[in-house]
Order: sequence, then structure tokens, then C-alpha cells
Amino acid sequence: MPSIDGPLLWAVYITLALTSLSIGAALVRVVRGPSLADRIIALDLVAYLAMGFLGTYAVLVDQEMYVDAVLVLALLAFLGTVAVARYIERIRSGEGIVEP
Amino acid sequence: MSSLLAAVFLIGGVTFMLIAAIGLLRLPDLYTRMHAITKAGTLGIGLVLIGVAISFADLSVSTRAAAAILFVLLTAPVSAHMIGRAGYLGGIPLWEGTMFDHWNGRFEELDRNLDATEANARERTRSSDEAPTEPA
Repeated sequence: MPSIDGPLLWAVYITLALTSLSIGAALVRVVRGPSLADRIIALDLVAYLAMGFLGTYAVLVDQEMYVDAVLVLALLAFLGTVAVARYIERIRSGEGIVEP
Repeated sequence: MSSLLAAVFLIGGVTFMLIAAIGLLRLPDLYTRMHAITKAGTLGIGLVLIGVAISFADLSVSTRAAAAILFVLLTAPVSAHMIGRAGYLGGIPLWEGTMFDHWNGRFEELDRNLDATEANARERTRSSDEAPTEPA
């Protein structure tokens, strides 16, 4: 049961709906993206959108702990993107190929 | 009044996020898509979290929201730079309407510079490692 009403409740509903729509659009790019880097930036945007979704959901259910989850998700998204960027560069220079 | 302000911030932020997602779908190459998501995504996250902080009106939530905004503002350019660099060095093509490409046709030079830098660094560490073991 939402603890808010009036324009804020409508704004929260609209925000959740549009964020979900945007996540769907970004996932289309993850499937279609021609290169690995395209998929990675699309997943980066999915992480940003999930952060926005979580923050808005915290307002809807009046639970502060979702804001902590936003912080953790920001950290994970950054670390994942940097790791994959390093990986792509290593593939290019041949270091990523592990000899058996 | 404050709930109305929070609603305005939430709607503004989600508008930017939607623009970022549309840009990700519609723009022609990796670099323009990256520009769309890093600018619009960061601004969207910032506005949404400001809206969350206003609607809670609580010091601990505001501090955490501010920390999240600061973290995204610091890390989004770094990760975008690294992905763009990896993509460019990996030879992902630019859109045919691109006006300026400062490294165009000088890929070999760039490669050589990078290799030279790495070789120099390796040489330096090796000589510093071996220097104490050499007989006087």
C-alpha cells in the first residue's frame, strides 16, 4: 500500500513505467548491438535505469534501505564496466588469449 | 509543496533517462550512443535521486542520495572513456558522417607509441631490478 498520494504518487507511477520501458529499450540494444562494447554500454544504461527504479520504488514503499541498494549498484556497474573495458583491450593485444 | 517539487524532479529525471534509452536505440555508432547514455543517464540519475531525497526529507537518506550522485558523476566519465578507448583501439568503425577523426590513418603510429611506452616502462623496471645485482 503506497504511503504517498496526489501528484507525487502519479509521478512515481509514471517514473516506474517509463523506467521499465527504457530498460526494455536498452535490452533491445543488448541483443542487437553489433559489437561487445555496444552491449556493455547498453548494460551500463540498464544499471543506471535500475538505480533510478530502485530510488523511485523507495519513495513508493517508504523504505530507506533501497537507497543503499542504489549505492551498491552504482559501485558494481562501475567496476563491471572498467573490467570489461580492460578485457576488450587485452583481446586486441592478444594478452587475453590463454594458452592451454 | 515539497512533494510537488519531488514529483517535478522525478518526472524530469525519467525524461532524461527515456531520452538516453531512445538515443541508445537510434544513434548510428558506438561513440554517439556512449555520449547519449553518459550525459543523459548521469543527469537522469541525479534528478531522480534529488527527487527521492526531497520526498524523504531525511538527513540520512539525503546524504546517501548525495553520495550516490557524486559517485555516478565521478565514475561515469571514467568508464565511458575506457570503453570508448577500448572500442577505438579495437577498430570499431565510426559513423560515415563523422567530421573529425584525429587518429585517422595513424593507427600504426598510435600502436607504435603505445608499444614504445610499454617497452620503455618494461626496460626501466628491468634495469632497476637488475641494477643492484650487477657487480661493481
